[in-house]
Amino acid sequence: MVKKLNYRPAWVIFILILFAGIVFILSYSANSKADRTEAAIALKENKPEQKKDYSEHKHATENENCLKCHGQSKYSYENSESKKKNTKKMYTELIINREVFYESNHREFKCIDCHSEDYQTFPHQGNLRMEAKPNCLDCHGGDEKYAKFHFENIEKEFQESAHSEKHSEDFTCWMCHNPHAYKINARSNENIKKTIAYDNAICLNCHGNLSNYQLLTDKANPNLLTKHDWLPNQKLHFLSVRCVECHTKKINDSTLVAHKILPKKEAVRNCDQCHSTNSVLLASLYKYKIKEVRSTKGFFKGVIVNDSYVIGANRNYYLNVLSLIIVGFVILGIIIHAVIRTLN
Amino acid sequence: MTEEKIYLYPVWVRLWHLFNAILCLTLIITGISMQFSNPKFPLIAFNVSVSIHNIVGILLCLNYLIFFLGNLGTRNGRYYKLIFPGLFSRLMAQFRYYTRGLFKGEPAPYPINSERKFNPLQQLTYVGSMYILVPVIMVTGWALMYPEVIPSRFLWTSGLHLTDLFHILAAFMVSLFMFIHVYFCTIGKTPFSNFKGMINGYHETH
Repeated sequence: MVKKLNYRPAWVIFILILFAGIVFILSYSANSKADRTEAAIALKENKPEQKKDYSEHKHATENENCLKCHGQSKYSYENSESKKKNTKKMYTELIINREVFYESNHREFKCIDCHSEDYQTFPHQGNLRMEAKPNCLDCHGGDEKYAKFHFENIEKEFQESAHSEKHSEDFTCWMCHNPHAYKINARSNENIKKTIAYDNAICLNCHGNLSNYQLLTDKANPNLLTKHDWLPNQKLHFLSVRCVECHTKKINDSTLVAHKILPKKEAVRNCDQCHSTNSVLLASLYKYKIKEVRSTKGFFKGVIVNDSYVIGANRNYYLNVLSLIIVGFVILGIIIHAVIRTLN
Repeated sequence: MTEEKIYLYPVWVRLWHLFNAILCLTLIITGISMQFSNPKFPLIAFNVSVSIHNIVGILLCLNYLIFFLGNLGTRNGRYYKLIFPGLFSRLMAQFRYYTRGLFKGEPAPYPINSERKFNPLQQLTYVGSMYILVPVIMVTGWALMYPEVIPSRFLWTSGLHLTDLFHILAAFMVSLFMFIHVYFCTIGKTPFSNFKGMINGYHETH
């Protein structure tokens, strides 16, 4: 009995650790399921479309004239000569996913607001393929309504980017921002991890996909995992940081996402640039999110409760001061004690 | 009281204690360097700190295993047995000795002998450090080394944030313990006798 009592602290701790482990594993399995769901939502552009009713959308009926062919993987028409019904495959890049389109920023538009009205006749005329596609500034440039998005600054940054310098006009806004799918993200999405997954999927659409990458080059795309071998905890970095945080340079603080994509040699590689008080991460998405949380949930929750935690960067000023005061008191106490001991 | 030397610290305890001190100091220095990292004035370069901190952290865990198994398998474990009835009054008596009796040259209320290696205050802080704080630091430290296993959300906040908060709070308390521990070691027969004891294994009573 006496022997048992001797070792009680060790066993209590062992049982506590075991209990904590069980709680942790249960919590982890629940969370990993949620993470997988988030990733699936972020990438659902690539998933087969579900049957849904879109009639509540303003131009759904008119758009259906186009989407009855362009909204699926195959389309049918009657051959006017043979009077037979023909079914053909729709080219993947010409398929518009209804669910994604009606959730996108451009959901209120008719197809023929941007495309020629001549597309309303079938078969489409051959010269329509030469139709110039509008870029973002054709509609959004110089418009007061969109001033907060700073499209002019974005354009300026993009002109200096590696994408623009290497590929000139071949690299359009469309390459990253598909107008049929693009959805404003960082400003509207409450979950920072979803924003990161969505934004990184934009880069991976080419840098992780050989056929898209080779639209502008004959070279093979580099293996991103091998190229980022030097990065400790690679998976966590990829899930917690957007590619653009390290691969861009912000010229203007007003733009939320920097568009000056840097050549690879100029990308951030020094740990301290993120893991310090002047963290580059706190200049963009994380700064925006922290400000948002503070304004909507109050200062305390903004400091204590946030998803955007970066070791070395999110230092809490008050906790730092408090810890220094405590250390100061301990040292002072020791000095006073030592002095009294010596004097006696 | 007759002056005598008691063999109180066997070789394995001394070796464990020596490694523990070196490893803890290294972890505190590299930890502070990461927590207060600054590209302009790096105490130690961030990536170097991370590597050292990780390796030394793993070594500390192995060293802890020696302590844990050693206390389970040898008689050293009995010194860590807290007897709760009357604990508060014993703690107060020891506190009174440290804050008053010691200055007046009164005898220690709980002198060290072969059955009592620690006085009540020492015993409580050592048990707290070794069986609560260090395990918290080790569990959270391993989790931070494999952050993908940390739930992205835990209770009301980010799992990573909470894990790091516990890691740093426990490490801060261990750092404070080290200051006090080293100072209190000067309260021996002579200011250096306790340090000598941790080298030759003998405790000098006074």
